[in-house]
Amino acid sequence: MCLGIPAKVIELYEANGMKMAKVDFGGVVKEACMEYVPEVKIGDYTIVHVGFALSILDEKEAFETMELLKQIEALGEEGTAA
Amino acid sequence: MKYLDEYRDADLTRKLLADLQKTITRPWTLMEVCGGQTHSIIRSGLDRMLPREISLVHGPGCPVCVTPLELVDKAVALASRPDVIFTSYGDMLRVPGSDRDLFAVKAAGGDVRIVYSPLDALEVARKNPEKTVVFFAIGFETTAPANAMAVLQAKAQGLANFAALVSHVVVPAAITALMESADVKIDGFLAAGHVCTVMGFWEYEPLAEKYKIPIVVTGFEPIDLLHGILDCVRELEAGRYGVRNAYARSVTRDGNRSAQAVIQKVFETTDRAWRGIGVIPMSGYRLREEFAAFDAELRFPEIQSIETHESPLCISGLVLQGRKKPDECPAFGKECTPQTPLGATMVSSEGACAAYYRYGRYEKETNREGR
Ligand code: SF4
Repeated sequence: MCLGIPAKVIELYEANGMKMAKVDFGGVVKEACMEYVPEVKIGDYTIVHVGFALSILDEKEAFETMELLKQIEALGEEGTAA
Repeated sequence: MKYLDEYRDADLTRKLLADLQKTITRPWTLMEVCGGQTHSIIRSGLDRMLPREISLVHGPGCPVCVTPLELVDKAVALASRPDVIFTSYGDMLRVPGSDRDLFAVKAAGGDVRIVYSPLDALEVARKNPEKTVVFFAIGFETTAPANAMAVLQAKAQGLANFAALVSHVVVPAAITALMESADVKIDGFLAAGHVCTVMGFWEYEPLAEKYKIPIVVTGFEPIDLLHGILDCVRELEAGRYGVRNAYARSVTRDGNRSAQAVIQKVFETTDRAWRGIGVIPMSGYRLREEFAAFDAELRFPEIQSIETHESPLCISGLVLQGRKKPDECPAFGKECTPQTPLGATMVSSEGACAAYYRYGRYEKETNREGR
């Protein structure tokens, strides 16, 4: 029920006075409310729960975390080889 | 898909597992708080790949599972009324009430509708002005912004025929309750990444301090979970405790302020009973006085007192507190299956019993393929 899934924002509009969007969950397009991420732009990835975007995924943070994990990996490999 | 595939990478998984093995020197028990994490762990088989020293226990973070029986029975009573259209997230329909579930009400002709979002329930209310449209507003802090917004919008749009049956719960109070119970042994928590997306993680800092326990904000994909486990084990091995964020692409310390503001506007904190666990002080939300007109329990006062009966076989309360694993329940895979569930943990897509069943963890007992 409350599994949040990343979705790409493909269209922005207004309905019933609320900021809404069409979002793409890897091929499945649905409507989601953007009231909680007012700064959202087309092309952003958001975490959507029960039809509401709760965050805009931070590309820089994602990149840095991944780099960090890969460094662990490199260190780990050295460790094994030694 | 971006933000999914790279967090399921098999090579990186193997390497992080190897690093974890090198880091760990003694046994640790970690609890993943959220049922979504439990499902991801069991589905990917991560729990079987982890170093033997790590024992993962499954937490209470399944909203469907902890919705008290009394409220399920109230939902059944409301949904049975001819003047009501009852709307709910799909997972709630098969949750056993004292004598039947919402699905049975629907099968018997009750107007029960599954909605994906509470905004869909508003739409039903708009289209059916002659009926009262009740929405089953359950969940943790992840659904609270959506459910609160639905109530706010109902008021703003003058949808007087909309009402919410509210059963909201919050995570920090549950962590406190777990830590205060003497026989629960947990060394570290993997906090639920999406709850923290909404609420931030500052609320966990005093808890980590008070109970001297690391709490790591963790996401849902295998790499995210390993990242969280690795951070938690590092803290434990170094004798540190504090709050760390292993899900920084979605979570900030402050969380989503505008979502918090709407939750605060619509809801207030209250004591709440958790199914199988009991009443936890200040662990839930109820509608504020200002929104009393949208409170289904006030609108239909005759549903107030219903006698409830829980299955005597079900130990879901122990499962939800990490004291027992689902396959330690004598009814698991026998009297209790997803087709004939005795407890809510066997129904919900985030329930631990359902995860164990679905991903074949009953093979030992029944010698069948688990699918
Ligand atoms: S297996 Fe069924 S009866 Fe046993 S704890 Fe889980 S839900 Fe309850």
